[in-house]
Amino acid sequence: MFMRHFRGPPSGCDSCSILVFVQLAALGCLHLQEKELVREPSMYHKEKSIQIKSSASALYNNLSVLRIAPRSLTYFTVVHANVVNMVSASWDGLNFSHRQLQSKEGSIPASSSLIMQASWCVLPSRELLVLTSQKGIQMYESDGSIMVYWHALDTPETPTAQAVFARGITAVRENYICVGVSSGSILIFDVPSKGSNVMLSEVLEEHRDPITDMASECSGNLGYVADLVTADDSGLLCVWKSGEDFQLLNKIPGFDVCCSTVKLWKGTVAAGYGTGQIRIYEAVTGIVHAEVNAHARWIYSLDIAPFSGLLLSGAEDSLVRVWHLTVNPDTSSVEIEHLYSECVTDTQICGAKFCDMDGYAFAVTGYDLSEIIRYTQT
Amino acid sequence: MSSKTLPLLFINLGGEMLYILDQRLRAQNIPSDKAKKVMNDIITTMFNKKFLEELFKPQELYSKKALRTVFDRLAHASIMRLNQASMDKLYDLMTMAFKYQVLLCPRPKDLLLVSFNHMDAIRDFVRDAPSILNQVDETYRQLIEMYTSLSGGEFQLIRQTLLIFFQDMHIRVSIFLKDKVQNSNGRFVLPTSGPVPYGTQIPGLIRMFNCSGDEVKKVQFHNAGNYASALREGSFEMYGERVIKLGTNMYSVSRPVETHMSGTSKNSAQHTKVNTAPNPLAKEELNFLARLMGGLEVRKPANPDTGFRVNLFATDEEEEEALISRPDELSYEVINIQATKDQQTNAELTRIMGEFTEQGEPSPSSSSKGEDLLAMMDGL
Repeated sequence: MFMRHFRGPPSGCDSCSILVFVQLAALGCLHLQEKELVREPSMYHKEKSIQIKSSASALYNNLSVLRIAPRSLTYFTVVHANVVNMVSASWDGLNFSHRQLQSKEGSIPASSSLIMQASWCVLPSRELLVLTSQKGIQMYESDGSIMVYWHALDTPETPTAQAVFARGITAVRENYICVGVSSGSILIFDVPSKGSNVMLSEVLEEHRDPITDMASECSGNLGYVADLVTADDSGLLCVWKSGEDFQLLNKIPGFDVCCSTVKLWKGTVAAGYGTGQIRIYEAVTGIVHAEVNAHARWIYSLDIAPFSGLLLSGAEDSLVRVWHLTVNPDTSSVEIEHLYSECVTDTQICGAKFCDMDGYAFAVTGYDLSEIIRYTQT
Repeated sequence: MSSKTLPLLFINLGGEMLYILDQRLRAQNIPSDKAKKVMNDIITTMFNKKFLEELFKPQELYSKKALRTVFDRLAHASIMRLNQASMDKLYDLMTMAFKYQVLLCPRPKDLLLVSFNHMDAIRDFVRDAPSILNQVDETYRQLIEMYTSLSGGEFQLIRQTLLIFFQDMHIRVSIFLKDKVQNSNGRFVLPTSGPVPYGTQIPGLIRMFNCSGDEVKKVQFHNAGNYASALREGSFEMYGERVIKLGTNMYSVSRPVETHMSGTSKNSAQHTKVNTAPNPLAKEELNFLARLMGGLEVRKPANPDTGFRVNLFATDEEEEEALISRPDELSYEVINIQATKDQQTNAELTRIMGEFTEQGEPSPSSSSKGEDLLAMMDGL
């Protein structure tokens, strides 16, 4: 059941689940209901937290992680209102260095402009840190030292009923960085392998509601036709193929429930909703593979560890949960099982990310918390 | 972020203020005719037509300083006076109570039900005064018009905007500590039990489907937590059962309200200054205040002798002590208009403020109108 990347439960621990099968015949279909009667083993344990300079704001996907193996470092970013807290942590746990990035309007600090999201975009040739705010989009070199590019949003003179902001960030394929806007537009930026000659190459107008999140295919396999999935406030998911002209492959309608966070892996979309549900879809066809009543409150963050298929979810209900996603493209079957839950007491989770491709470790942020909480596999 | 946040912020904070003042007026045995006058005057001022017009315009939230200035003005809209320390404490209680309600709201949309709970209580306070009742009813209509059609995502944006406003506030409130809804470190207790929000399922079930859409597997996973099914949805109409209890009056004469200043400095030292940048924002904030205050008509007391002072503390000595010992980082600095040199703004403010000067205010010694104005604002 466990893939080789897991350590599995420690030996001598009789932590196997006892499954009780209850057969229910209904409408000629046989349903198997399995119930876990024994709690799952302690798959993860808490490590020492990393302190950050200011607390995390309640924003979707409010944690980004960049692993820099050659330097044995991991970078983390957490948004606090108009500031991005960046901390670099050495793997030996001994060295931490902090940096804060301000929201800007062009090159001028704009303290009244709130930042909606900060995320690293990993391209084959370079890594850029992208900040989206009420005024526009800032792109930095990965250590936050130099701002490489600025894109201004069309902000009206006096505030309008519909808020204006950018939100939803992902890198796609070799050279694209995609960013969402509150109008529903998706901006496609063409990024050179070095230098600051970033250009806005296309604007996709398919969504009618504010973009919440977006994700690109993260399995590393170039064979999947869908490259990008974008999500909005109404729960609509759009699936795209990248290129000089991005092509819309599929629209998966929402059920009037906000989809706040989304991932794409092996042609499969994992989407987290305001009702606390996680849904797993086949990207190109929109077929629902699974529905999980995962959380009791709004889901704020999903992440996938591409090598192992572990799925991480964090929500306002104080819970972080780890699931296992199995995708078999040949039989077109997708399964999801629950592996682990952790309650971060009295905290509304706003960010949850794996720190490596296997899912060996993950990090969590919560509203009003000035620390990044970390967990590693036991 | 959301440009529709201010009306909800103002109405809910105003509602909490009225709960607290009502409790203090009764605890201090203020004669009921005077107490009623204070409540009616404040509510009339809060729901003044011009003021509401400004309030409901799409706009960003301004700083805590600017909002505090408005509430100072509101609290003094009648014959009641509050010393600095009492006003500080009143504002602490109001903000922590509403922060709690925003945080614990089951669904973002339930924020509107919390607002209706406050509105329902306000309507009850003025049930004997038909003219004020009209204003209150008009406000219900405006709330319904602006908010009932918003999506869950838009409500969450409003909620996120409010949570940024309340970020890093961890003032301990005695009544919350006693009820075990707040920890001794000032953070609120988030329950992992009780009914799930309306529209959410109890966590635990995984359903898997085949390509034809048939359910092929059902698994129940162990759910850390003890949830029950959702309650019925509350009413979003002018009258109705709101179901949610957040936003109802938790004070009574026998439950005193105290805040603890000690032990909060550790947390408050970390708060980043959002929107407290002095000069660059001063002009915009002044414009905002001028527009808002322009709609705030203040009643002139018929007889200056009818005024009285309300104390949020048990004794005068406690009140004095609280003023001296309040940590610096928790002081609410009222907007210092001297920071701006913009003549045009000052002239506009002068014109608006000229419409409502109070009788019995100590007249400043300076002769120019501008300085009179500054002195008056600084005295708030």
